[in-house]
Amino acid sequence: MGIKGKIRKISGPVVVAEDVSGLEMHELVMVGKDELIGEVVRVEGNSATIQVYEDTVGLKPGEKVLGSGMPLAVELGPGLLMGIFDGIQRPLEVIQQLTGDFIKRGIKTPALPREKEWHFVPKLKKGDVVSGGEVMGTVQETPIFEHRCLVPPNVKGKVEFIAKEGDYTVEDTVCRVSGEKGKIELKMYHQWPVREPRPYVERLEPSEPLITGQRIIDTFFPVAKGGAVAIPGGFGTGKTITSHQLAAWSDAEVIVYIGCGERGNEMTEVLLTFPEWKDPKSGRPLMERTVLIANTSNMPVSAREASVYTGITIAEYFRDMGYNVAIMADSTSRWAEALREISGRLEEMPAEEGYPSYLSSRLGEFYERAGRVKTLGGGVGSVTLIGAVSPPGGDFSEPVTVHTKRFVRCFWALDSALASMRHYPAINWLTSYSEYTDYVESWWNRLTANRWRSQRLKAMEILKREDELKEVIRLVGSEALPESEKLVLETARLLREGFLQQNAYDPIDTYSSPEKQFILLDAILNFHDAASAAISKGVPASKLVSLPQLAELAKLRMSIENERINEIQKFSEALSAEIKKLMEVKF
Amino acid sequence: MTVQMEFRGVTKISGPLVFVEGVSNVGYNELVEIRTSEGEMRRGRVLEVSKGMAVVEVFEGTTGLSTTETSIKFLGKPLMLPVSDDMLGRVFNGTGEPIDGGPTPFTEDYRDVNGLPMNPYSRDYPNEFIQTGISAIDGMDTLVRGQKLPLFSGSGLPHNLIATQVARQATIPGEETSFAVIFVAMGIKHDEAAFFKRSFEESGALKNSSLFLNLADDPPVERLVTPRCALTLAEYLAFERDMHVLVILTDMTNYAEALRETSAAREEVPSRKGYPGYMYSDFASIYERAGRIKGKKGSITQMPVLTMPNDDITHPIPDLTGYITEGQIVIDRDLHRRGIYPPINILPSLSRLMKDGIGKGKTREDHGPVASQLYSAYARSQELRQLSAIIGEEGLTEKDRAYLRFGDAFEQRFLSQKFDENRSLETTLSLAWEMLSLLPESELTRISDKFLKQYYRPK
Repeated sequence: MGIKGKIRKISGPVVVAEDVSGLEMHELVMVGKDELIGEVVRVEGNSATIQVYEDTVGLKPGEKVLGSGMPLAVELGPGLLMGIFDGIQRPLEVIQQLTGDFIKRGIKTPALPREKEWHFVPKLKKGDVVSGGEVMGTVQETPIFEHRCLVPPNVKGKVEFIAKEGDYTVEDTVCRVSGEKGKIELKMYHQWPVREPRPYVERLEPSEPLITGQRIIDTFFPVAKGGAVAIPGGFGTGKTITSHQLAAWSDAEVIVYIGCGERGNEMTEVLLTFPEWKDPKSGRPLMERTVLIANTSNMPVSAREASVYTGITIAEYFRDMGYNVAIMADSTSRWAEALREISGRLEEMPAEEGYPSYLSSRLGEFYERAGRVKTLGGGVGSVTLIGAVSPPGGDFSEPVTVHTKRFVRCFWALDSALASMRHYPAINWLTSYSEYTDYVESWWNRLTANRWRSQRLKAMEILKREDELKEVIRLVGSEALPESEKLVLETARLLREGFLQQNAYDPIDTYSSPEKQFILLDAILNFHDAASAAISKGVPASKLVSLPQLAELAKLRMSIENERINEIQKFSEALSAEIKKLMEVKF
Repeated sequence: MTVQMEFRGVTKISGPLVFVEGVSNVGYNELVEIRTSEGEMRRGRVLEVSKGMAVVEVFEGTTGLSTTETSIKFLGKPLMLPVSDDMLGRVFNGTGEPIDGGPTPFTEDYRDVNGLPMNPYSRDYPNEFIQTGISAIDGMDTLVRGQKLPLFSGSGLPHNLIATQVARQATIPGEETSFAVIFVAMGIKHDEAAFFKRSFEESGALKNSSLFLNLADDPPVERLVTPRCALTLAEYLAFERDMHVLVILTDMTNYAEALRETSAAREEVPSRKGYPGYMYSDFASIYERAGRIKGKKGSITQMPVLTMPNDDITHPIPDLTGYITEGQIVIDRDLHRRGIYPPINILPSLSRLMKDGIGKGKTREDHGPVASQLYSAYARSQELRQLSAIIGEEGLTEKDRAYLRFGDAFEQRFLSQKFDENRSLETTLSLAWEMLSLLPESELTRISDKFLKQYYRPK
């Protein structure tokens, strides 16, 4: 074991230890007689300041402090998927078995199950020369996921031994490598410090969209695989539902969901619904590709600070296997507040609103861990990072939102006015943006005969025009508008109600395939074109707006499944024909 | 942790805090007894401890304490509350001591008032509909068992009436068991507390209730432990005694003020409006003690009440609360002025758990779409009401005028009800359909044709 010292002072989650010269920055330590887990956050002479990841009630000055000689690290190997962990990767299911329904302190338990046997299929031969990041062998971790056991990034050498295909626990040696550092025994898992980004060969440009099945996102504000997104919104605007929808439907191979300082019942909801929801492609429960990190708001504040790092490190590990990973952090504001709380206890000089001056650099470091990369093993993998932001009072000018905006390229602004009309997802189409549109355009063009860009610009134009017309209506009323603008209002309504709104709880509407998204948009715009032509021929807008089919057009999103989208096309053609008929009538 | 030590004399007294030097073997957050020069006994807890020095927060305040004549005893354990079934039907002070003149309740267990965080893995998802008999809540922002749903109010608004109406009427349709009500007063006025007590007595609910009272002239620091004591009892009743407990916490604004006062006395770096940076975590340690546990019969449902300073919903107190609780019921001054009771503004109100507590087999199949349609229609009518104030009703289309009629009827007939009117869900939903029938059918885009056929009856 490492250095041994004593507690000098306790203030909330922060403990000062003395006689500990030699403790390293960010070293993992055990504090007090219950051996609570903590991390060194400041070293000064022979004393060190420690943030403790558990409740410090009852700790006394003079109790021992033990160094572990290691930084805070996570275990990476089979057994991560379908797991639910706390902020420092302790499995909550095991904690429940150990201490019951309420979490007690000083629990030590390994992150990955030690007894469970996995069926290991070797991919190396004796005599192979390997380096970090290469695949030693594979394990079918869940029916839909092949876990590639990796040589740890810092290992290099010649394979002396590789286990035969068979069942092993994560503690069994499956490979032995001899290299410059001597012989190294490799197991199916290895550890990696959470605050250190995992290495890769090079960064690649994003090119493929992360399809989420959410129309406003995929069509108007797409995110690329390997991108970074912020979802800011006041309470009640649907951050969590949006995050859940993304976790459920994104076409990533692995989902890491971090509940950072949020509600306990929300994690329960994820635990309950994900096993029920099926992946649209494989038909298997979504849980089989998901890792959950839950550090709810009543759990210790410093573990909240660690939880986002635990999550992103796990995501990077799956990326290094050559997979596309999406990670949701709900909410990064709670993480920032944890930073603020600890900074306050450390008596650091505060910057804006009490946040520490390093808030912006920490956010930057975190969001930069997203990306599409060439892995050490030679494959391509990506981490798409989606961070929810909870600005106080819904005010986007507060420090966390402002600094986050500097590091993300996609911004889905949730709007409380939309939420109060129950327009969900309440993503405001006028204030949101995505810089990934150009990257993913060619992907969409292949699907839509090069019409994607022009159609979405046209729709956006109509929505913008509606916003301007609203100002006019406020002065003169809608009856005074010219006929063509009355039509703009109607098309905008159809776009809002029939396209942008999406009901997460409707079995059909919850996921829209890219094909359905485009055909639906096309149907609404076709109506607009046909009706515009009719108006120019003298048909009054009131006749067009009162067409009974429009109510149906607004509901197509819920009535027609992804598999039957040609019916949308038929509907649209019939509607255009109906409008043509109107043009023959004399008004 | 059982060693008790007594020290005489303290170094410094500042606000509610006492600084003691020369101490040893003192644990963080442990309970302290303070004896004044007159021999009066007060209690407190350790907020910070370093070698030879402890900072103690005195629940009853520091008035009358001196640096020389005060003696302090460290009890070696955190504040524990004796709990038992006997505590129902009784009235306690802010630290859980009986003040109704009755005998000390029989004690079945001692519990640390700070509680422990519930393991998210052990939680059971709240999805059982609670009927409050108030249309605005049942129809639009349904409460479910195990939820925490606050009332966001303002000074002078009838939040207390609404809270008592909920406490009196809350039932689960089809179940005999009623709720045990724990009422927690933090810094409220004497007559408000008397009102609650009286209405509990009148409805006969008092025998199934516990009252924890910290009133406006009680020491503010005591307020910081009052909700914790009450929730400790709630946890015992819910998870050991299989009861369904409804906890009403009023007024969280006073709690937050006490938190700020202590923080300022400790010279901590403030965040927004002088409130401490850890206020979110502190609130969470109260609100998150609501819920259900897998395999346990009981549940804790919380209805905190807070008065928004200056009716500002972006103020840190409602703001941080809204981020933790599962929705909010917003009480509106304008509706109140117009004589509508309960003056619940449904637009900023929300119940996050509603979707799982309603629908087929729970309430009625059409409940979700109906609520959603009422929301959007009411939002539209409010928009048009503003518009017609500028351009007059003549500038509006016939469809728009239908919305205006809908908006008025919704407020006058759907929202409005009497303080003692207990509406069944059926009544609430048929009223809702009556309102929707004021609109043309083509406007009801959120409701499927099946339900329209069944319930839509235009005049």
